[in-house]
Amino acid sequence: MLIRDIQALLGAALLCGESRLDDEVTSGFGADLMSDVLAFTDSDTLLLTGLCNLQTIRTADMLDISHIVFVRGKCPDDAMLQLARERGICVLATHYTMFKSCGLLFSAGLRGGGRDE
Amino acid sequence: MSDCLTLRFTVPADDFTRAGEASSSTKATLKQLGLPADIIRRVAIVMYEGEINMVIHANGGEITVEICPDQIVMVLKDTGPGIPDIQQAMQAGWSTASGAARDLGFGAGMGLPNMKKCADSLDIESTVGVGTTVTAVVRL
Ligand SMILES: Nc1ncnc2c1ncn2[C@@H]1O[C@H](COP(=O)(O)OP(=O)(O)O)[C@@H](O)[C@H]1O
Ligand SMILES: [Mg+2]
Repeated sequence: MLIRDIQALLGAALLCGESRLDDEVTSGFGADLMSDVLAFTDSDTLLLTGLCNLQTIRTADMLDISHIVFVRGKCPDDAMLQLARERGICVLATHYTMFKSCGLLFSAGLRGGGRDE
Repeated sequence: MSDCLTLRFTVPADDFTRAGEASSSTKATLKQLGLPADIIRRVAIVMYEGEINMVIHANGGEITVEICPDQIVMVLKDTGPGIPDIQQAMQAGWSTASGAARDLGFGAGMGLPNMKKCADSLDIESTVGVGTTVTAVVRL
């Protein structure tokens, strides 16, 4: 699924990473706990999260995650966006809840990007 | 060994905004060296969880990363409170983390078990009141 389609489906604002709008992702992972993101995601996946601080961006950076959607109206601050820009990470923000965001994307064909244990 | 590259970092105490800088910098170096993506990912996960632990549990410390032709060795040394029962600390879900740590997205007791899973070997030496040294090896 193209990032620009994900943006449209979630009515999301693009906060940085314009050049990545035509990137394609095939899977997504939703979590507010960064240790879970570090333990359960496998490859480059779309990260949906309600955790909004610098560690969110750093966690994505560690795992080569290039696309983040902040859910529930969470709004990253300038320091976060600056780090995201430096690392080439595309950041979207939606007012939808985690469940609704994941549900919409799953219905549209995006698959789970984590390991089920 | 002369064909090893050594990186050294000081992890500042109680600075949650800078937690992860050493790991990020190490990851960038490994990328520049052209190491395989899977190796970089495992090193990044181990070092980042370890670095976060130094910040949230131990007032920071020192990290040394030795990049050799056959392995990458990370030594994370702090002079924090120490771990009274290492076996217990290794259990998934065991955590003494503060609310502030949980606010960062950590503190669910998942760090050490994931470090063990991602590293080829993980060794913890700890003395209560003296500090903790975590040595993790990822083989190439
Ligand atoms: N460097 C350290 N110094 C002191 N205690 C530590 C250190 N690292 C880990 N611990 C202890 O081990 C527990 C488990 O660590 P971990 O699995 O990373 O989970 P978490 O950090 O989420 O609590 C911590 O809650 C803490 O009690
Ligand atoms: Mg931890």
